[in-house]
Amino acid sequence: MTRAKTRTTPGSHRAPLVGAGHTISSVTDQISSIVLRRRAGRGWWFGLLVGFSLTMLLLYAIAWLLIKGVGIWGINIPVGWGFAIVNFVWWIGIGHAGTLISAILLLLKQEWRTSINRFAEAMTLFAVACAGIFPLLHLGRVEFFYWLVPYPNTMGVWPQFRSPLMWDFFAVSTYGTVSLLFWYIGLVPDLATLRDRASHRFARITYGILALGWRGSARHWKRYQGAYLLLAGLATPLVVSVHTIVSFDFSVGIVPGWHSTIFPPYFVAGAIFSGFAMVLTLAIPLRYAYNLHDFITDRHLDNSAKVMLAAGLIVSYGYVMEAFVAWWNGHPYETYIFENRFFGPYAGLYWLLIFCNCLAPQLLWFKAVRRLPVILFVLSLVINVGMWLERFIICVVSLHRDHLPSSWDMYYPTFWDWAFYLGTIGLFLTLLLLFIRLLPVISISEMRELVEEHS
Amino acid sequence: MTASSAENSHPTNTRLTDQRGHQFWRSLNELADGDAYRARLAPEFPDHADRWPSGLSRRKFLSLMSASLALASWSGCAKKPEEEILPYVEMPEQLVPGQPLYFATAMPLFGYGVGLVAESHMGRPTRVEGNRHHPFSLGATDPFTQASVLTLYDPDRSQAILNNGQISAKAELQSAIGALRQRLDANNGRGFRILSGTITSPTLLAQLKRLKDAYPAMQWHHYEPVPQDADIRGCELAFGRPLQPLYDFGKAAVILSLDDDFLLAGHAPIPHARQFAQHRRASVATSRPREMNRLYVAESTATVTGAKADHRLPLAPQSMEQLLLALASRLDVNSGDEVGTVPAEVPIEWFEALVDDLIRYRFGDCESSALIVVGYNHPPHVHALAQAINAKLGAIGTTVTYIQPVVGTTASSTDSQGNASDDEALLVSPFSQLDSLRQLKEAMKQGEVDTLLVLSSNPVLTAPADWDFTDAISRVPYRMHLGMYADETAELCHWHIPESHYLECWSDVRARNGLVSIIQPLIAPLYDTWSPHQVVAELLGQASVSPYEQLRSAWRERRPDEGAAEIANDFDSQWARWLKLGVVPGTAFPAAPNVGLSSEFAERFTSARNSALATANNTQLDDSDESRGTLLQISFRPDPSIWDGRFANNGWLQELPKPLTKLTWDNALLIAPSLARELDLENEELVTVTRGARQLRLPVWIVPGQSPRVATLHLGYGRKAGGRVASGPGFNAYELRTTDAFWFGNDVRLAKTGERFPLACTQEHHLMHGRELVRAGTLSELQQHPDHPPFMHEHHLPDNPSLLPNWEYDGYKWGMVIDTTACIGCNACVVACQSENNIPVVGKEQVLMGREMHWLRIDTYYHSAADNPETAFQPLPCMHCEKAPCEVVCPVAATVHSDEGLNEMVYNRCVGTRYCSNNCPYKVRRFNFLQYADYDTPVLKLLRNPDVTVRSRGVMEKCTYCVQRISDARIAAKKEERLIRAGEVITACQSACPAEAIQFGNLNNPREPVTEWRESPIHYKLLGELDTEPRTTFLASLTNPNPDLVPREPIHDES
Repeated sequence: MTRAKTRTTPGSHRAPLVGAGHTISSVTDQISSIVLRRRAGRGWWFGLLVGFSLTMLLLYAIAWLLIKGVGIWGINIPVGWGFAIVNFVWWIGIGHAGTLISAILLLLKQEWRTSINRFAEAMTLFAVACAGIFPLLHLGRVEFFYWLVPYPNTMGVWPQFRSPLMWDFFAVSTYGTVSLLFWYIGLVPDLATLRDRASHRFARITYGILALGWRGSARHWKRYQGAYLLLAGLATPLVVSVHTIVSFDFSVGIVPGWHSTIFPPYFVAGAIFSGFAMVLTLAIPLRYAYNLHDFITDRHLDNSAKVMLAAGLIVSYGYVMEAFVAWWNGHPYETYIFENRFFGPYAGLYWLLIFCNCLAPQLLWFKAVRRLPVILFVLSLVINVGMWLERFIICVVSLHRDHLPSSWDMYYPTFWDWAFYLGTIGLFLTLLLLFIRLLPVISISEMRELVEEHS
Repeated sequence: MTASSAENSHPTNTRLTDQRGHQFWRSLNELADGDAYRARLAPEFPDHADRWPSGLSRRKFLSLMSASLALASWSGCAKKPEEEILPYVEMPEQLVPGQPLYFATAMPLFGYGVGLVAESHMGRPTRVEGNRHHPFSLGATDPFTQASVLTLYDPDRSQAILNNGQISAKAELQSAIGALRQRLDANNGRGFRILSGTITSPTLLAQLKRLKDAYPAMQWHHYEPVPQDADIRGCELAFGRPLQPLYDFGKAAVILSLDDDFLLAGHAPIPHARQFAQHRRASVATSRPREMNRLYVAESTATVTGAKADHRLPLAPQSMEQLLLALASRLDVNSGDEVGTVPAEVPIEWFEALVDDLIRYRFGDCESSALIVVGYNHPPHVHALAQAINAKLGAIGTTVTYIQPVVGTTASSTDSQGNASDDEALLVSPFSQLDSLRQLKEAMKQGEVDTLLVLSSNPVLTAPADWDFTDAISRVPYRMHLGMYADETAELCHWHIPESHYLECWSDVRARNGLVSIIQPLIAPLYDTWSPHQVVAELLGQASVSPYEQLRSAWRERRPDEGAAEIANDFDSQWARWLKLGVVPGTAFPAAPNVGLSSEFAERFTSARNSALATANNTQLDDSDESRGTLLQISFRPDPSIWDGRFANNGWLQELPKPLTKLTWDNALLIAPSLARELDLENEELVTVTRGARQLRLPVWIVPGQSPRVATLHLGYGRKAGGRVASGPGFNAYELRTTDAFWFGNDVRLAKTGERFPLACTQEHHLMHGRELVRAGTLSELQQHPDHPPFMHEHHLPDNPSLLPNWEYDGYKWGMVIDTTACIGCNACVVACQSENNIPVVGKEQVLMGREMHWLRIDTYYHSAADNPETAFQPLPCMHCEKAPCEVVCPVAATVHSDEGLNEMVYNRCVGTRYCSNNCPYKVRRFNFLQYADYDTPVLKLLRNPDVTVRSRGVMEKCTYCVQRISDARIAAKKEERLIRAGEVITACQSACPAEAIQFGNLNNPREPVTEWRESPIHYKLLGELDTEPRTTFLASLTNPNPDLVPREPIHDES
């Protein structure tokens, strides 16, 4: 605690992390009231309507996919991977910020993470859920997905451990499990708070079961903190490993435009970039809707914007190096890939990507921009679009013109491609809105700790 | 309803007026719904009939049910019939379940026989291969013969006799034919006409002769939409008697082809391609250096023959004659008063180089000579001139021999030598099939025809548009049609008789040189179908004799003298030998002796030319009407996939990417790049083509090498009937094809519409973008650098850039080499692969999405200027890489390496991630995006090769090197305790290739040709720099240009 104080003292000119005049009970009141007291607003119902409709579209699309096969998408030979893989990488990337905020920033003792870590973790979990749909359903024969699992079987066949898809399977499932555990462990004290404050019997029992008998004893707190720290330590390498392995799906391949050693770091940076963009996309409306300015302060936005700027610069560096190395090695296939990105049939998307990911974030150098939530919100959307385009360019544009010009072809998404993309956005939105209403969006216990420290 | 009040008073109309929306009624009575109608209906549908009987208790119901059940079980104890059945103890002779049988047979293709060997699995033919003993197959095939098996099992085939569109019984047809016979007996056959395609079957011709003898007033007409008779008529002009030239390209050192696509769409593409390729294979082994032939081609449309040329020239059709006249002048051929000048489009040095080459081989030794060939789309006098020049060059006897025409002997030529045919005086017109059809049309228009029998022909679709054949045929009171499909002609005929497939009925057929093959059926007719023999026999009143007996008795009488005394006396053993060999030896026509240029050639040529010019001048050019678009010439050609439309219902052929254009499922107006630039046209843009009052809207497709002012249109598309596949795709070229522009017209106007029509093309990009994909060079370069010719672009990679040692193969090590010098891009291998490996057809929509399933594709690349490019073909099956990129990325190990070096695909294990395809640099893998294989149509189940899995949805597939054939050979070898011998495994593509461009074998066996090919200095690995170590490798494409002609400056046209 003293350490915390000494670190905040030199930065006392900075904006505070909690609004003035908050006490432990006021923090608890305000955060838990979103779940327990306040009625759902019109905005919430409207959001749920949109999200739920799109989720229904997703279910419809999945049913149609299972009936007809992956041919309902626009994929072909040579573009064997289309929207499904683009969306998968995009969602996994978005998930990264959550783990980064909750685990790495926790280990680095960055206190400003406290007010945004809960919903960032939820965002991770829901993003991974959305992402997980795609590698499963993009299989030609979904019914045999479990053949990727190394289990003893009568066929006497193991999965092929040299395949990045195999690694992917482990990476994503581990990531999903750890994210879920981390999020849930962090929730336990708050669930107990909700249990104690809930007026409705059903809510009391439900929260009670979920709270695992938390009584707030010193022993509980000790165990809790130990477990939480341990999970943070476990989650930290995953932040780097998951997207590294996702990038292996591409970089292990022989396809020009994929086969590049820069992919792992540049994918991780891209994931943080898009993840923070998504955090802002969610945090800004959230703090406006539920009047959380005291907890999600301008300083939070400022810090997130800085991380975004840094990640954006790394990503831009990645683009430059990729193009430079392609030109420098003089390999005709590599060179052509960039000629095709710059001037080919998808060139418009490439230049849009450069605008979204390289040019637009430069605004974040200005403090004034970082303090303007509206502009930050717009920028975060732009970056989300840009990062989606990046995956599209890497996946589709590299495949559509590879070694033999005779096989070159175009990829056009079909209605079902869009249905899956919008459907997962709907699912994400639905899960998030339900989360806001059912669980505290900000960690009450950690906020109380923060108030205690600062008072 | 706006009917008058008077009409409204009728109860029916009242009812209709009262109703809202669509109401369908079955009969007027029902509509009126009168009391009488109801009364009549009542006993049929009594009210309350389905009502539950009252007073039936649950207990009662159950007891009734159990009683009926007990009674029902009694019926199972019925007394067995006292008929003996026997188990399958003694197998039918030769038939071993699981082992295919092979039978020699022949397919009549445009009337002429192509010898085949059909593969039969438990009594169902699944595949055909060429017959080595047949001179017009030589063991190879073409796409049409390969795809004919699908036609046999085509679910859209006509399956029942139709009378006025209603299904009818066989007995009714027989009585109708009986009535017809009585009529014919009465009037001596007057007014009875038969129309057929080209017929060479000796037995059918004999039957027709008998019919003619019985009814002397009847007449037989024959017509092919792509008549190939101009050369015969040309010979008549040149030599004074009708003769049919037979070419031997194997002996031709210099060839000039004028619009003759002899490698793909000529008279006998299979042997010609074989001969041409054999004389071009100088490249393979330096130990046996041979001279290469040199091919000059002047053509109006880009063809595969032009693509293989050493010197190609896009030339308007009219200029061909001028070029020949100029050649005639230079070579002192007396062609009358006309003094030839070299056409303006022909560069003078090109002409001089050609003349030099022709003169160099004038009266060459008996091994080689020069040869000039002309396409059948040019008039007879041009052919006459070409034959005259051939005679002058001393080609007769070496590169060209002449025989009595196989088809259409007339009274005027009965004095000639050779086999006297049965069709003497049968035909109404000598050789021009167009004239033959014209006579029929005139007779029909004048009401002289009262009965028309159409035998396997579709004139309503294919007759020239200006004749209004539909109207003419409608004037015939009684019309019958025999055909495989209920096509356009069948719809206009009173009777439609379903025709048997050639694999279903006995027949015989002559090849181009007269050699007879007996057509053996491989299966009993699937439906109640008739062969032409049966129809004519029914007319002759000989229906009781089976076609088999008819055939045998005809041949018992005929019995060609084989010169072999020991078998000559025993007909049965002779017959068995014919069936086994697939040919009847001794039936080929001998070369006509004393063929020499007629002294009256010059006069005859001049008069024929003048009359041809006069006809051409009759076409009035409407220069004033510029608003209707740009004036162009049009050229009609048979389609490389569906020919004249007869194969239009064959999915394999419809989906076959056409050579050069790579279009599937449609035809298009083929135009030159320069014209497209001039008119600002792009691929797939819809244009209107106007010829006088006739108009056709169709998309354009830009073809490099097309003659600049000529647009080419392929026949056979845009059909309205003839099956679900046939009716629909493409645009009907016959609508524009008239007698004055049967092959060429110079009065076509082309106008933009601004609309687009999607065309399914399988290869959009034809430029190599500076990549060394196809290595191409010249013979002289190879001679100067015999070990490392510069065009090979060799990359010196370290031998094994891996830390691990290479895997050693002790036993077999399979590999394939494809000679791109020999490959003519004819597609035979593609269909052969499709047929052997149960590859599904996916349809136009899926091809448009880039999902065609062919395991083997023929990549076509262009080099240098787009107006007259150099073209290279590169057949691309799976490379079976030693270090296959696909294998490492599959998460479930569904694609693995075998211990014989094959890259194997385990369909059962595949979960369909498509990662392997993404990672395949050659993009040879194919994915079942949807359920493409037809599991439901019963008849298609008979078609499938039982040795190859039918793949389901969601599974990746690709070329297996015909692993089922390797397994067969391995089993056979193991039984005899030996290794597989050289040449024992032949893949489907290899066996089909007419140019012998594909070699496959065990790389560990030095006696295999494939190992010799791999030692060649022009052997290379495609994308070898990726170090995937492909097992399928290539020989560079070699040409032999005239050193006097400066090679065209390579221009990389990236447009």
